Amino acid sequence: MIEARNLCKHFHDKKRGLIRAVDHVSFTCQPGRIYGLLGANGAGKTTTLRMLATILQPTSGDALVAGHDVIEHPEKVRAAVGFLSTATALYPRLTAQEMVEYFGRLAGLDEPTLKHRVDDLFARLDMDSYRDRRCDKLSTGMKQKVSIARTLVHDPPVMIFDEPTLGLDVMAARSIVSFIRDCRDRGKTVIFSTHVMSEVEKLCDSIGIIHDGKLLAEGTLAELREKYAETDLEEIFVRIVAPLTPAEASA
Amino acid sequence: MSARNALFIYRKELTEWLRDRRTLVSTVVVPLLLFPVLTAGFAGLAGSLLDKAKTETIPVMVLGGEDSPAVLAELRHMKDLALVPAAENWKEQISSKQLRAAIALPEHLQSSLASGESAEVKIYFHQGDLKSSLAANRIEKSLKDYRDRIVSDRLAARNLPVSLLHPFAVKQENVAPAEQVSGAALGGLIGYMVILLCMTGGMYPAIDLTAGEKERGTMETLLTSPVSRLHIVLGKFFLVLTASLATAALSILSMGVSFLLIEKNASALDAAPSAGAQALQLHVSFASALSILLLVLPTAVFFAAAMLAISLFARTSKEAQTYLMPLNILVVIPAVASMLPGVELTPRLAVIPILSTSLLIKEIISGTYHWNYIALIFASTCLYAAAALFLAVKMFQRESVLFRS
Repeated sequence: MIEARNLCKHFHDKKRGLIRAVDHVSFTCQPGRIYGLLGANGAGKTTTLRMLATILQPTSGDALVAGHDVIEHPEKVRAAVGFLSTATALYPRLTAQEMVEYFGRLAGLDEPTLKHRVDDLFARLDMDSYRDRRCDKLSTGMKQKVSIARTLVHDPPVMIFDEPTLGLDVMAARSIVSFIRDCRDRGKTVIFSTHVMSEVEKLCDSIGIIHDGKLLAEGTLAELREKYAETDLEEIFVRIVAPLTPAEASA
Repeated sequence: MSARNALFIYRKELTEWLRDRRTLVSTVVVPLLLFPVLTAGFAGLAGSLLDKAKTETIPVMVLGGEDSPAVLAELRHMKDLALVPAAENWKEQISSKQLRAAIALPEHLQSSLASGESAEVKIYFHQGDLKSSLAANRIEKSLKDYRDRIVSDRLAARNLPVSLLHPFAVKQENVAPAEQVSGAALGGLIGYMVILLCMTGGMYPAIDLTAGEKERGTMETLLTSPVSRLHIVLGKFFLVLTASLATAALSILSMGVSFLLIEKNASALDAAPSAGAQALQLHVSFASALSILLLVLPTAVFFAAAMLAISLFARTSKEAQTYLMPLNILVVIPAVASMLPGVELTPRLAVIPILSTSLLIKEIISGTYHWNYIALIFASTCLYAAAALFLAVKMFQRESVLFRS
């Protein structure tokens, strides 16, 4: 379970002054459900997810992730979270197995559990053939699987995906999408950010639309369709982030 | 969890570091080759140059002396000299190194000698040319031998003993042990080299483990793991320190071996080592090598932490290299200063990092152990090292540094 309460993140920029990257964002994600954070580039998706993963500290506000407070116990939060984004790369000079084991150890797994978990993951993801190959020698698809194994090695109850399909080809993107669904089916709490409408329509149980750091609308796809009297999610999104001026509406 | 995580980080960084081919070059190949090449090269070159200059036949021109055929004949008989016919442009010939020197005989030298009058023979040489200076010395010695022969002949003619001219002899003798002589000559250079290699050995890993990780996108992966940022810095710091010390230790080892080889070489040449090899003969005992390594430790800590803190600020490896350039210069200046003759430890210099360590290494190589200075320098460098490490830890806790864009 994830509960974000009035999360704020402000940055200081020399040219633009104070930037409210995330501005009083609150939402709840339930276990066994997928929450989609939909927004344009620079809307504040990544910053929100990084705060939930305790990579960044909120300027104000608070969040509970798997029952742990992100400010009081960031290390416990990270132990309960699997975080995957296209920015989270692999160590080029470690083998696939070493990479997964490394993060298992950092998550505090003991050696017997780690071995069992790694064997299980490599079999499940069909990675045994390149277990001892260095990460810099792997194909994009293989790297993707190693990253997935890395996020799952400590069996976290919460999964955070930050634009996980960005820059991937169709097949790699499909395997990520099916992996996200798999996480939900195993009862994990899943939150993921994207700007791709079709992914949201396919996957999400709840949707939050974020723009300029603010959460502007929230609900299931059905609820949003009903509220805005529109079936196309893209139309709904545009209506929310760039509402028509009265003049445009009357025209 | 806890401190074990720092160990996991260290172990993983060590694995990656050892698998990197660049590591092999900067940590193993460079220090292992640098000293043998440097010492053997210098010793060989300097030795052969000096030996050559000492045995060559000197092309020399005699100016004047037409009225002193006996003196000219004497000069012609000197086996070191090859007389060149007199020419107007003798000065240019010396400058252009065709001639090593010119000997100017005064008028009526032969008759003055016969009548017992005093006369002056001049040797012209080029002070900017080592070979010319050495040749002038040898010519002077030959001429003095000739003069002594004339004096002994005169004394003999009057039935007087030669000792009449030399009531006592004067001789200089060195009391300093060989290591102090070589320490003064080479200690500065060695301290400089060890410190410089200590820094360059840690520089590449420091960049790779911070800016390099940001560039490759693995920093964010690492930050998503439950390990605390303090343990991340410590793990990385110990790897940079390992690289730094490994480079320093290998360079000290290689230095010891190459000096040993030179010494062996010199004694193989049957107690007549060439001048160059003799100048480079260095006696670095095991104890002083160990003390050097111990002294370098806080300096290495300082370098490792400072380079981590600086390169963490950079977004890419290239940027990090740019930031570390000034540090390079800051290190080279005091290290070079310690090589200058006459720069010695004073309480004020003892608190300047790098310079103090470099000077102390110089002293230790010459066999002097000033315990007060050793304690002071060790303590002050530890203080700087602690400050740098503190800064590195603080930098790792700043989001604006970790996620600088």
